[in-house]
Amino acid sequence: MSSRTINLTLKVWRQKSSKDRGKFETYEAKQISTDMSFLEMLDVVNEHLTLEGNEPIAFDHDCREGICGMCGTVVNGRAHGRERGTTLCQLHMRHFSDGDAIAIEPWRARAFPVIRDLAVDRGAFDQLIQAGGYVSVNTGGAQDANNILVPQEVAEKAMDAAACIGCGACVASCPNASAMLFVGAKVSQLALLPQGKPEAAQRAISMIRKMDELGFGNCTNETECEAECPKEISISNIARLNREYLKAGLFSTVE
Amino acid sequence: MQLDAKIPGGPLKEKWDRHRFELKLVNPANKRKFDIIVVGTGLAGGSASASLAELGYHVKTFCIQDSPRRAHSIAAQGGINAAKNYTNEGDSIWRLFYDTVKGGDFRAREANVHRLAQVSNTIIDQCVAQGVPFARDYGGLLANRSFGGAQVSRTFYARGQTGQQLLLGAYSALSRQVGAGKVELFPRREMLDIVLIDGQARGIVVRNLVTGEIECHAAHAVVLATGGYGNVFFLSTNAMGSNVTAAYRAYKRGALFANPCFTQIHPTCIPVHGTYQSKLTLMSESLRNDGRVWVPKNPGDTRPPHQIPESERDYYLERKYPSFGNLVPRDVASRNAKAQCDQGKGVGPTKLAVYLDFSDAIRRDGKDVIEKKYGNLFEMYEKITADDPYETPMMIYPAVHYTMGGLWVDYNLMSTIPGLFVMGEANFSDHGANRLGASALMQGLADGYFVIPYTIGGYIVGESFTEITADHPAFRDTVKEVNAKTDRLLSIRGKRTVDDFHRQLGLVMWDHCGMARTNEGLEKARKMIQEIRGEFWENVRVPGLNEEFNQSLEKAGRVADFLEFGELMVMDALARQESCGGHFNEAYQTEENEAMRDDENFCHVAAWEHAGDDKEPGLHKEPLTFENVKLTQRSYK
Repeated sequence: MSSRTINLTLKVWRQKSSKDRGKFETYEAKQISTDMSFLEMLDVVNEHLTLEGNEPIAFDHDCREGICGMCGTVVNGRAHGRERGTTLCQLHMRHFSDGDAIAIEPWRARAFPVIRDLAVDRGAFDQLIQAGGYVSVNTGGAQDANNILVPQEVAEKAMDAAACIGCGACVASCPNASAMLFVGAKVSQLALLPQGKPEAAQRAISMIRKMDELGFGNCTNETECEAECPKEISISNIARLNREYLKAGLFSTVE
Repeated sequence: MQLDAKIPGGPLKEKWDRHRFELKLVNPANKRKFDIIVVGTGLAGGSASASLAELGYHVKTFCIQDSPRRAHSIAAQGGINAAKNYTNEGDSIWRLFYDTVKGGDFRAREANVHRLAQVSNTIIDQCVAQGVPFARDYGGLLANRSFGGAQVSRTFYARGQTGQQLLLGAYSALSRQVGAGKVELFPRREMLDIVLIDGQARGIVVRNLVTGEIECHAAHAVVLATGGYGNVFFLSTNAMGSNVTAAYRAYKRGALFANPCFTQIHPTCIPVHGTYQSKLTLMSESLRNDGRVWVPKNPGDTRPPHQIPESERDYYLERKYPSFGNLVPRDVASRNAKAQCDQGKGVGPTKLAVYLDFSDAIRRDGKDVIEKKYGNLFEMYEKITADDPYETPMMIYPAVHYTMGGLWVDYNLMSTIPGLFVMGEANFSDHGANRLGASALMQGLADGYFVIPYTIGGYIVGESFTEITADHPAFRDTVKEVNAKTDRLLSIRGKRTVDDFHRQLGLVMWDHCGMARTNEGLEKARKMIQEIRGEFWENVRVPGLNEEFNQSLEKAGRVADFLEFGELMVMDALARQESCGGHFNEAYQTEENEAMRDDENFCHVAAWEHAGDDKEPGLHKEPLTFENVKLTQRSYK
């Protein structure tokens, strides 16, 4: 770890509330260690803003180890910045150079209204899961876990899909603000596993309907979602979602 | 106050079954008439919300994050224990029970731990039924791996993301109930107080973190599942938002706080590297299955690791503990790492690190196998440090990770306030003075899926409730107090930020109430905390207003509580004049520098009662009796 310090110019989206119009403000970030994470850099800027009598920049974050899905902003036009497979909290300043200008904006999507500055409301994702992203099994009464055999490669594929952290980068990077990758990941995980099969048709239909209702756009195969997903969820999950949806429409009794 | 743990009679193995039979049941048709508040949506809160709603109760669930899926259980990596014995190694409920009691250095209740071991198997069944994608063997059966403090492989896992997958399972069950209208969900709400009416917990006061509005919610029982207090150290592996506020404010309303000084320092974390650092990152204990811990034999050896020949390396855990080797419990591994660094054998730029080396495992099993097991952890390490652990050994150092202490609860998980239940890391009950790896997930889900659904019914049937709403004067009075505190924080307009105070507190706690403690250091720490607290209330700067999304204000309230709670931890550490598990007082150690318990005088739970601000809290002792295991000096040799 060889650490240096760099100076940066930040252009940050400031918006007091969902009703406010919002605009970019410029801040200097000085003496930033390249070992810092992007969010630690923002912490330092916020400490200065607070001591100068200004309001710190609001941004969502929690675990800071890339798993809770709470953080995420658009950095120079890219969701979570340009490093592949990286959440914003795991993006380190060593990927920036002295003198860089960095534009930082919130996720922009009709279904994700801005709360303040860089923080948005992603409650629509919860509503999608509530519409069918589960297996209907009450607590108690489950059979012995080893009675359900799952071939290793199926388990691996299900896990690949289940790795989604629900951060919303897929929606933010899609020109249509579509949630197909998010829904595709959940539908795939449960359609692949034997436990999820009984409700597969209902799940695909309910979740797609809910997605339309919440104001997410359609998928037009731009593949931006896959490119920006910090967990590198594959768009093959969207293909599987389409198959499940088609199958449900053609062969199931679900209305 | 006489503490009654309400442990059922009869032989240990029959206590839980017997208790479940003796608990009175709520008529299924009546359950919908009872409102239950659950605060927190991690493994314990999420699973409890779903399970209680499935039974028919009307549940209101609150979390500080924007979605219940983000609770910090999500960051647990390595796995979850269960006594399935799928590996045919001779595991059993009894062995899991014994390992957990011993791992906790004989400071947990036998009956609670045995119940935990009993329900462990059902948890795995439940999670698999929900579609949790656990790792599988080639034949499609579930795979297991080993964790510290055990000589059998009983840990179930989903890559290095077990906590995430289990939490998403609980979250999906919760979401199903939200969709069905059985759970009302309140995200971005922070509990600021609980409300007692006629001595019962009847509701909570929360702040809507988006608008700042103070909201009142009434219920027949309140369940706290608000996690641990590791962030009192500022730097820890906890999420940034993890805090003690809900538990501490319950303490101030009369719930006893048990064993606050029992904190777990996890041996395998990425070392601290700068003063701006905001948190520490854990590298799962599962890495110790294949990684070998070592330091150079000679103090001050600055050669890079690959230039240090085998003969000049000290694999100190394998040397000192031949039977458990690198898989000794966390407290033992952490203390040994510190001891090596204290001798000047630490590595890396700060000399506060030891190596965790995978080269033997890669040579033996191939890079593919290691990548499959730990790929995401290796990636995470490389992102943070810019070093490739496939090529060069990881550098690790202990960091604050988990808190065994918590609100005191009886066998039914009820605190000393009637109707206030506490689950998961927020209670103190199952891990004694040291938690074994892969047991936190087990406890959170045991409490939420399989304990509280029964015990809360027993409470509700046995009580009479007056009809109240959130307009009751008790709510109005509590709101006034909450508002007064907020106004005070906002009006100071001092010269130091909240984080600045938090960092200062954290250093005091780490230096004096961390891995090794002395009476002198603890006395000093107590004064220092009082001074920091005094300055905080005169000189903190909290920008903005209450009536807006104000993250500085959120933090200020939490740090204000940490500044009081830290002192309680120190007092508890001072009162416990022995060493046990994660509590290591340098005055009490064996010749081999292991923790030396004093079972004659300290075989008890220390439960603290708030006596009022600026007054010494009262200490109550719940004696621990061991009828089924023999108290011994823990040995992992």
